[in-house]
Amino acid sequence: MKPAPFAYVRPGSLADALSALAGDPGAKVLAGGQSLVPLLSMRLAAPSTLVDINGLPGLDAVTVTADGVRVGALARHADVLAHDEAARVQPLLRLALSHVAHATIRNRGTTVGSIVHADAAAEMPVVLTLLGGSVEVAGPSGTRTIPATDLYVGPLETCLAQDEIATTAFFPALAPGARVAFAEIARRHGDYALVGAAALVDGDSVRVGYVSVGDVPTVVDLTGVPLNEMAATALAQLDPADDIHATAAYRAQLVRVLTERVVTEARTDD
Amino acid sequence: MTEELLEVRLRVNGVAHDLRVPARRLLSDALRHDLGLTGTHVGCEHGVCGACTVLADGRPVRACLMFAVSAVGLELTTVEGLADVDGTLSNVQQAFAECHGLQCGFCTPGFLTTITAGLRDNPQPTHDEARDMIAGNLCRCTGYQNIVKAVERAAELGAGETS
Repeated sequence: MKPAPFAYVRPGSLADALSALAGDPGAKVLAGGQSLVPLLSMRLAAPSTLVDINGLPGLDAVTVTADGVRVGALARHADVLAHDEAARVQPLLRLALSHVAHATIRNRGTTVGSIVHADAAAEMPVVLTLLGGSVEVAGPSGTRTIPATDLYVGPLETCLAQDEIATTAFFPALAPGARVAFAEIARRHGDYALVGAAALVDGDSVRVGYVSVGDVPTVVDLTGVPLNEMAATALAQLDPADDIHATAAYRAQLVRVLTERVVTEARTDD
Repeated sequence: MTEELLEVRLRVNGVAHDLRVPARRLLSDALRHDLGLTGTHVGCEHGVCGACTVLADGRPVRACLMFAVSAVGLELTTVEGLADVDGTLSNVQQAFAECHGLQCGFCTPGFLTTITAGLRDNPQPTHDEARDMIAGNLCRCTGYQNIVKAVERAAELGAGETS
């Protein structure tokens, strides 16, 4: 089980990385590689060039301001998880990151990489979407900012062009008085969640984001819905599917349990 | 097609090695095949089992989820680098021996590296923290009970040294 051959470049600047990407339509970006390398080894993907961005300067920063948390493309999940200021400004980051794979994977895997890998079974794409965050993207014609709500277009697919690189993700700060909660059910700690849910409660507003119940990260607005009807309202907008890990009916049951759990937790004073 | 070979300098257990490898050479294969460091074991080869875990700048990483070319500049530690040069076992290795923390031994190198880093970050783990420390590594023989005991015994050995 080995990857197919590919050309490898490790540029020292963003400009060089962009030209390397533009120079080969079959090129892919390699950051932490914790999702990409298995895909290569199983030959589910066979890019002709890998552009390793691990040598780019300045992309490993986690910057916290009153507005929110800015995570560079080379910041590892473990760095973001351990960042106390980031956890204070946006507590959902730490709540969710502790569920991202195992510690060993978090040491190498990057938060931005997970976001643009766009796996609906992953935690951070849903977190970014629920919080109304965004991704900053560099391309041949400059940079652009893509709101999370526009980012995900299909299974494992974002609206990034092949010659663009996501350089940072921005998670807005938690508004004063707002609360968050996160829970997921997995067969073993660190496995992909069968279903996960993240709640953001701000005054009357109640929104819940779901992991692993659709093709793309899905957030449902449950504002004004009584607690005992929330899961039914959410399920009307979700698409739990059968796979070898769980039946659709079981996933729907987990949506019922987790919706009530995270909303109740987010509404509870600590 | 002749595959291009790249010059790669890996630092492993304090020693620099110069290799010529294709870009697709996994770090786990570079360690085993190119450097002969067969202590690092390869189980699932897609990041699930943890047998190939090595330390990169002190942090546990899956060697099967990295390319050797990406490991340039990192200080790598494999299971061969855990014991003293005179062969004296490290606390974690000693604890595995005392607690019968292995049977077939296939998964052991990954556990040893993971726990070595885990106890450095958290020298006195609670029972739950000891369990959590090894949650990313699979063992098919022991049922984990003796591995958890070994984590706690290694912490005890470490505390004895510093007190």
